[in-house]
Amino acid sequence: MLELTRVRAGYGSFQALFDVSLEVRRGEAVGVIGPNGAGKTTLMRVISGLIRPTAGSIVMERVDLLATPPHRIVEIGIAHVPESRRLFPRMTVEDNLKMGGFLPAARPKARRRFDFVYELFPLLRERRRQLAGSMSGGEQQMCAIGRALMSEPKLLLLDEPSAGLAPVVVDLVFALVQRIRAGGVTVLIVEQNVQQVLRIVDRAYVLKAGSIRAAGAAAELRDSAIIREAYLGV
Amino acid sequence: MSRWPRWIAGAALVALPFVYHAPYPLHIAILILIWSFAYTSWSAMGRFGLTSLGHGGFMGTGAYVTALLWNRGGVSPWLGIPVALLAGALLAVLVAYPCFRYRITGHYFALVTLALGGIVLQVITATRDYTGGSLGYTPERYQGGSSLYALQFSGKTTWYLIALAVWAAGLYVWYRVDGSMLRYALEAISEDEDAAAATGVHVTAEKLKITVVSAAMTALAGALYCQYQMFISPDTVSGISVSLQMVFAAVVGGLYVALGPTVGAVITILMAEVLRISVGTRAVGWDNLVYGALLVVFIVFLPKGILGTVLAHRQR
Repeated sequence: MLELTRVRAGYGSFQALFDVSLEVRRGEAVGVIGPNGAGKTTLMRVISGLIRPTAGSIVMERVDLLATPPHRIVEIGIAHVPESRRLFPRMTVEDNLKMGGFLPAARPKARRRFDFVYELFPLLRERRRQLAGSMSGGEQQMCAIGRALMSEPKLLLLDEPSAGLAPVVVDLVFALVQRIRAGGVTVLIVEQNVQQVLRIVDRAYVLKAGSIRAAGAAAELRDSAIIREAYLGV
Repeated sequence: MSRWPRWIAGAALVALPFVYHAPYPLHIAILILIWSFAYTSWSAMGRFGLTSLGHGGFMGTGAYVTALLWNRGGVSPWLGIPVALLAGALLAVLVAYPCFRYRITGHYFALVTLALGGIVLQVITATRDYTGGSLGYTPERYQGGSSLYALQFSGKTTWYLIALAVWAAGLYVWYRVDGSMLRYALEAISEDEDAAAATGVHVTAEKLKITVVSAAMTALAGALYCQYQMFISPDTVSGISVSLQMVFAAVVGGLYVALGPTVGAVITILMAEVLRISVGTRAVGWDNLVYGALLVVFIVFLPKGILGTVLAHRQR
């Protein structure tokens, strides 16, 4: 479904990704794990077109994403839940969701998508008139995921959904991700919360200092030495 | 809210010059309408955090292009004004597109527009052989009196009605934008450009749309001002004080409500008139001093502006 081949990217003279190749197949849940500064967020931003790679290729269902501007990438069916949520804080929950269905193609479906998202997150329905910025971290994360689902994506990019959340809320968010995936959405999730994310994905890649150090089935990786090495440097 | 009060107020405004037509108050009313339209045009983009400190440049473009085409080419304002609007829109694209494309936002965007206003002013002053420079410029009278072809009218009632119609059209545009997806897109952009792009908003295109609309409307205000006053000078239609006045009036009246800029125009113009009459020529420039001081007070204590604050209280 999505294939990255030898992608290089960075900011000015700083290179954040070195020849990263990875693949996500339809219906899968794939994790990318790695410590701070590994390039995880850059990877997500490269896929959704917010940063242009300096080399390599990114293809989604035969469409060359490098030749596609960010707003068209959403149209192709990739929705990005950015790091630290990035809601529109002074807009209401409902308007935030509405923005998620901004694309002309998504607008006729908006009613149905609202129902879908509100069913998934009943809390958002209660809070729909509230300003998004005034909600708790967990509620904001749900709103951010809900916003991404409004465009009825085929592939959902989740950038550290557990960051800054209480452990109980993290469990809740991961459970919701599993439900979304069970509903037929392919998921690519970037996380530092290794043990937990490995329980909900099929496969994972280990990213460290901008390159892929290991890859494999989630169960294998869970107790592999590479993970310990990547995190603790021992 | 019922629509009735709006229609009644509209009818009263149309009827006003037929009932009460003392020239001086009517003159002030026309100026208030023209400037209200200009301030509304500014706020069309200003309310989305696209702060322009150079809208005087668009206003001057509108005024001078219309007047120059008439005097030099004998082009009727009926054609000259559309050309002036195009010129304003083109100028907006030339300046704004690179800004938006290369992510020049916030203070930096404001500084670029400030420079734009300055450049237009310099061009008008430097080409004094054509524009009359800082001494100003007068469109030629068409065979003395009033003429529809030349868009010149001696009667104040006619001008009042024209200004009223244009002002109402400005409000219509404001409401149309307010009810459209463009508004959502621009609000989202003003809060977080990246997040907006990630939801599928073409950030550059949406910002460019509203900027072009705002610039063309401001150029129309300039052209209208020129046709009404029959005299334009860099200071009255294009200077930095014109640009800043737009910001001030919109902020004072209320940036986020349709009639906010109009309330701002009523206050600023009446204040300038009162100062002019009561203190006379000794107070030239004082209004700007008062504006500056009040602007600080408003931004700190009443960021929603007068009308915005009143409406917010009534809603509670």
